[in-house]
Amino acid sequence: MSDPATAARAGDRRALARLLTAVENRTPAAEAALRVLYPYAGRAHLVGITGAPGTGKSTLVAALIEEVRRGGRSVAVVAVDPTSPITGGAILGDRVRMQARATDPDVFIRSMASRGHAGGLAAASVTAAAVLDAVGFEVVFLETVGTGQSEVEVAAAADTTVVVEAPEMGDEIQAIKAGLLEVADLVVVNKGDRPGAQRAAAQLRAMLSAGVAPARPGRPAPKRPEVLITTATTGEGVAELLAATERHRARQLADGDDRTRLARAEAELMAALEHRLRARLRDPRRLAAGEAALRAIADHVLDPYTAADRLLATLAPE
Amino acid sequence: MADRPLKVLIAKPGLDGHDRGAKVLARGLRDEGFEVVYTGLRQTPEMVVAAALQEDVDVIGLSILSGAHMTLLPRVCALLREQGLDDVLVVAGGIIPDDDVMALGATGIARVFGPGTTIAEVADFLRANARRADRA
Ligand SMILES: Nc1nc2c(ncn2[C@@H]2O[C@H](COP(=O)(O)OP(=O)(O)OP(=O)(O)O)[C@@H](O)[C@H]2O)c(=O)[nH]1
Ligand SMILES: [Mg+2]
Repeated sequence: MSDPATAARAGDRRALARLLTAVENRTPAAEAALRVLYPYAGRAHLVGITGAPGTGKSTLVAALIEEVRRGGRSVAVVAVDPTSPITGGAILGDRVRMQARATDPDVFIRSMASRGHAGGLAAASVTAAAVLDAVGFEVVFLETVGTGQSEVEVAAAADTTVVVEAPEMGDEIQAIKAGLLEVADLVVVNKGDRPGAQRAAAQLRAMLSAGVAPARPGRPAPKRPEVLITTATTGEGVAELLAATERHRARQLADGDDRTRLARAEAELMAALEHRLRARLRDPRRLAAGEAALRAIADHVLDPYTAADRLLATLAPE
Repeated sequence: MADRPLKVLIAKPGLDGHDRGAKVLARGLRDEGFEVVYTGLRQTPEMVVAAALQEDVDVIGLSILSGAHMTLLPRVCALLREQGLDDVLVVAGGIIPDDDVMALGATGIARVFGPGTTIAEVADFLRANARRADRA
């Protein structure tokens, strides 16, 4: 049998699925495969879809899949759902909206639980997207619920970030909304068939033209996202949404805008560094030093920064 | 990774349109620490197997009430073998006559859970029998 990376690139879906599991579990096998696959990634259009629970993100992704397929391109989805912090279990319920395309060989849908690894979520799901990109999927959608910091980071790491709203969202959502809107390249008011959709879109346009966040020196200029209305259940407005994501992507490429890619690279690098650092600190030969440092900090014999410097010094050679 | 949660696909093959039982099971297994992919109603065997393959699940749970179990369930097992997914544990839930349960066992259904089975029983069976061989 050939190695998993080569098999996955040759179209072996089972090998691809197993590789994604390895990525989720951050195994050495995943690292070996990534070395092979990474040079092939970077071609797909990565589209993040985020928004409050129940706004219709998965239904919208399903409608977008139809639209992408109509254009003849292949498409993959990574859909992240939260892990219960108490039981460690999760219901991965996004796929149920997308099952109509389950048997299309040019569609691949993968659900992932957030597994509570802080910061690591972005790493695991962005790496999963890179694997799907490397094996040739032309569009990759990344769906996350926009309620946690790391979930929002996942969507923000995409080339194009779409924030989904729904007309009936009450005031309690406003706080989430502001944070979410900051990362939006496009804003969608979904459930366009519901009363209040036009009004919600108008309010969002007014709010966004006033600027979500004030311009600050040294920071990228605040985005001025376009606001669109869709009805995911009928497909109304979905072709326009897909076209808008493509315009955004084209502009990004034409402007030579590297910020998104560099930000994504930074997130991936930091996660990899953290992973390596933790692994080396768990090395049995260092366990005693680590425990001694903990004890010293707990007893206030040593401050945490000095303890960290000493531990880092023991790591240097290898 | 020994502590990785088991991943389970819950599907409802057949044409009958009600999935309360499947949803209760999905939530129950979530509470038992499983990662549960729910694929919903009216799934063809092809859709179930495609989802199981893409999701790389350890277990498939098929909830069935329609009476078509003797055609649908063996078909799922046959497709799984065709795709090389022999190591996936397949269980079913529903009201299935004893004779059929025996026959289903021979086609690859590891266990049929009848009415009144508790979530804890299902969870224990899955933990004891799901194989995660060759997981690198
Ligand atoms: N009326 C109407 N209902 C919609 C529309 N889009 C989605 N829905 C419904 O909204 C509900 C939630 O849809 P999902 O697609 O699961 O929403 P989601 O944002 O992915 O939900 P989470 O992943 O749980 O946060 C479902 O009952 C959908 O049928 C729409 O355009 N109009
Ligand atoms: Mg969803």
